[in-house]
Amino acid sequence: MTAQVITVTSGKGGVGKTTAVANLATALAADGRKVVCIDGDIGLRNLDVVMGLENRIVYDIVDVIEGRCKLKQAMIRDKHYPDMYLIPAAQTRDKNAVSPSDMIRICNDLRPDTDFVIIDSPAGIERGFRNSIAAADRVLVVTNPEVSAVRDADRVVGILEAEEKGNPALILNRLNPVLVRNNDMLSAEDVLDLLGIQLIGIVPEDESVIIGSNRGAPVVTDPKSRAGQAFRNIAKRIQGQNVPFMDLDQQSGLWGAIQKLTGRK
Amino acid sequence: MEQITSLVQIKGIRDGLLATFSDAPWEDQRAALLFQIEERSSFFQGARLAMDVGNQILKVNDLVDLRDRLSERNVALWAVVSESPTTEQTSQLLGLATRISKPRPEEQKQYADTISDDTALFINKTLRSGTRVEFPGNIVIMGDVNPGAEVVAEGNVIVWGRVRGMIHAGAKGNRSAFICALDLSANQLRIADEVSAMLKPQKDPKPEIATINSEGRLQAELWQTG
Repeated sequence: MTAQVITVTSGKGGVGKTTAVANLATALAADGRKVVCIDGDIGLRNLDVVMGLENRIVYDIVDVIEGRCKLKQAMIRDKHYPDMYLIPAAQTRDKNAVSPSDMIRICNDLRPDTDFVIIDSPAGIERGFRNSIAAADRVLVVTNPEVSAVRDADRVVGILEAEEKGNPALILNRLNPVLVRNNDMLSAEDVLDLLGIQLIGIVPEDESVIIGSNRGAPVVTDPKSRAGQAFRNIAKRIQGQNVPFMDLDQQSGLWGAIQKLTGRK
Repeated sequence: MEQITSLVQIKGIRDGLLATFSDAPWEDQRAALLFQIEERSSFFQGARLAMDVGNQILKVNDLVDLRDRLSERNVALWAVVSESPTTEQTSQLLGLATRISKPRPEEQKQYADTISDDTALFINKTLRSGTRVEFPGNIVIMGDVNPGAEVVAEGNVIVWGRVRGMIHAGAKGNRSAFICALDLSANQLRIADEVSAMLKPQKDPKPEIATINSEGRLQAELWQTG
């Protein structure tokens, strides 16, 4: 096995990076993949909370880097999926405790016996962001259909292009088809038109996402949730399967429009 | 080591430290800089570093590599000043400043002498948010100018794509400069010292050209062939 390292980033905060990481990791684990999540947000960790693992933390990534424990000791096994692990961030340190080469080293140590390493990047474009993308084989940019979030995503895509990190793919999170239909929200088409990158999934606005995050049980495990279905589909696409986009809006031809859009480069 | 350290001069400026590079090969100078930082690591802890790289032509990889090496040594690179437009563009792409507060009048003049009215900078990609391109001649962009991007030219600006960011033509006061684009729904356009606010996004975009009209106001009109 040689793991693929995937970094989830966004520029703007609060658009759903951590939620996306927890859900994609869970969906990949449910598909039988061996997954390790790394919380890259040193000092403001919360991936552990969303995954419901907060009270199991003994060692964190800074302990690994500074040699206080072995990598295996900092890997917390998930409650439901024995092949899914979390390496938590340190809450009491800042981003300078980790360097880009530390991240590359840790990911390289994980590669031989893991399928996917998923890194949750902090918001912003400073040190923590650079640490998080240093080891990435592939970058997923999360944005919301809001002008400010899209502009920050655009900035991040520009930096990824400048650093030659390959073509990032887009997750459009919290789309509300009703608002889009009434022209009160940017449509998927508007966002893709501006960013001009490949779309890997659209996640509809769904209350069960927040409920799941607060309970520490990612929404992908809920078979009835639309957002959960969207995350499961993204996980399939990450594994190279060709899954059609969900029909978020039965009344207009959004699905057709999205299909048309994803067909382009 | 005396020889190595003399390749790069480091001194304090108002905004932190300034490392001035010579014309020696980039690899040697990079080594010299890192050597000096390691020699006096306590002095450099947490420093903000600007670099004046002179005529060195640096690619994205060179700068990313150096920036990461510096950040591992707890030195933050925030600005790269260069005489090469390629290097300047690279720095802008990485979000680094390309000017430091110290004015450099000699070099500004040098630029003006070597660049004539018909020199153009050709950019073959979309300019994304946070990118700023400045050039003392014309600028031609094959791609879009996204919101949050800025293009500043002393001459004209031609965009084969959509403009949704800010464009300033005739930045040094040339009132006959123009801006044209396939779709001109910019946040803001400026020609010389005239400013036009938000242009309405068009349903069915047509090529337009913006100039200062006979009444002295900035105006955009449809592009007429012939």
